[in-house]
Amino acid sequence: MKRLRRTMLFVPGNNPGMIKDAGIYEQDSIMFDLEDSVSVAEKDAARFLVYQTLSTIDYNGKELVVRINDPTTKCGIDDLESIVRTQKAIIRLPKTESAQDVLICEYEIERIERENGIKVGSTGMMAAIESAAGVLNAKEIAFSSKRLVGIALGAEDYVTDLKTKRSPEGVELLFGRSMILLAARAAGIDAIDTVYSDVNNEEGFRKEVELIHQLGFDGKSIINPRQIKTVHEIYTPSRKDIEKALDIMDAIEEAHRKGSGVIALNGKMIDKPVVARAQRTLDLARAVGVLK
Amino acid sequence: MKIQKTAVAGTMESSDIMVTIAPNEGNGMEIDLDSTVEKQYGKIIRRTIEETLKELKVHDARVHAVDKGALDCAIQARVKTAAYRASGEQSYQWGGEAK
Repeated sequence: MKRLRRTMLFVPGNNPGMIKDAGIYEQDSIMFDLEDSVSVAEKDAARFLVYQTLSTIDYNGKELVVRINDPTTKCGIDDLESIVRTQKAIIRLPKTESAQDVLICEYEIERIERENGIKVGSTGMMAAIESAAGVLNAKEIAFSSKRLVGIALGAEDYVTDLKTKRSPEGVELLFGRSMILLAARAAGIDAIDTVYSDVNNEEGFRKEVELIHQLGFDGKSIINPRQIKTVHEIYTPSRKDIEKALDIMDAIEEAHRKGSGVIALNGKMIDKPVVARAQRTLDLARAVGVLK
Repeated sequence: MKIQKTAVAGTMESSDIMVTIAPNEGNGMEIDLDSTVEKQYGKIIRRTIEETLKELKVHDARVHAVDKGALDCAIQARVKTAAYRASGEQSYQWGGEAK
């Protein structure tokens, strides 16, 4: 089973306390931020801190991601120069508007890999889409590089670009979310949803996670460790779903044994998509440890 | 790397260390440490500061550090940041010694 990306915890890159604590939670990924959460005057300090952290701290198998600054600036290049060398983290490109943005970043990554004897292609990438142009180009972004493991929605900038604001129901995000999800699925990579900033609104957060789970997202960016449990709960297959999936797989096996072409379970035909969904449920159940 | 002016990096928040580096032309390394864990880790923190500066080829510097329980990686990062700021050097050396 591929790596789980249910929860990606944002950690400001210039905060040693939060960087230290980030390892003690159950999130699937840690995203160290060198971009918006770091003031211009502290970019160098954050870069050194994240570099030294990646070089020394073992986060016990969690996926590590670093959100860099615009790679067409010296600041963004310095971020890449330091982070790519560690070979410990995926590079998250912010404010991606086109395939060209990804390719510019990839060009620099490849240059750094070559200059430092690092296997070309070994650094993974993730692209955050945060504008109307980015959403409209989601497909070409998702297909732009083999390094991409996923694309993510950054809703705060996106809604500002749309000239609206976020609502509790998230209706303004439906098109953007759907575009990003479809592009990711077509390209065979992950789709990661945006953050939910109101950490005290647990009910609103739960509803949003249920929505993105239903839409098909692989996971969500989070800004507080308190949000981890809710996401994992919603992303864990229910006992009922697991039993149904096991029944489907049993029925398939039985039919194959009998050489039967048509497979039915409880009077319902089982076809390829049903089997694929059942398999995914079982894979996820095993990955999260609720099924042996 | 030559320390040209006084520069600071880090904060007084928990798990951080505030490092001030100033020129000390011809007088070697002087480290003054104020730490919440001075008794237990004072020696190690001083050594980390000194080794990080040696890695950057800084020979003369006055360092004042106020530690609030920073991990090694945070100490190294803050010392490097302060040293680069104090030297005015903008071309960073990653994963190797400074020239």
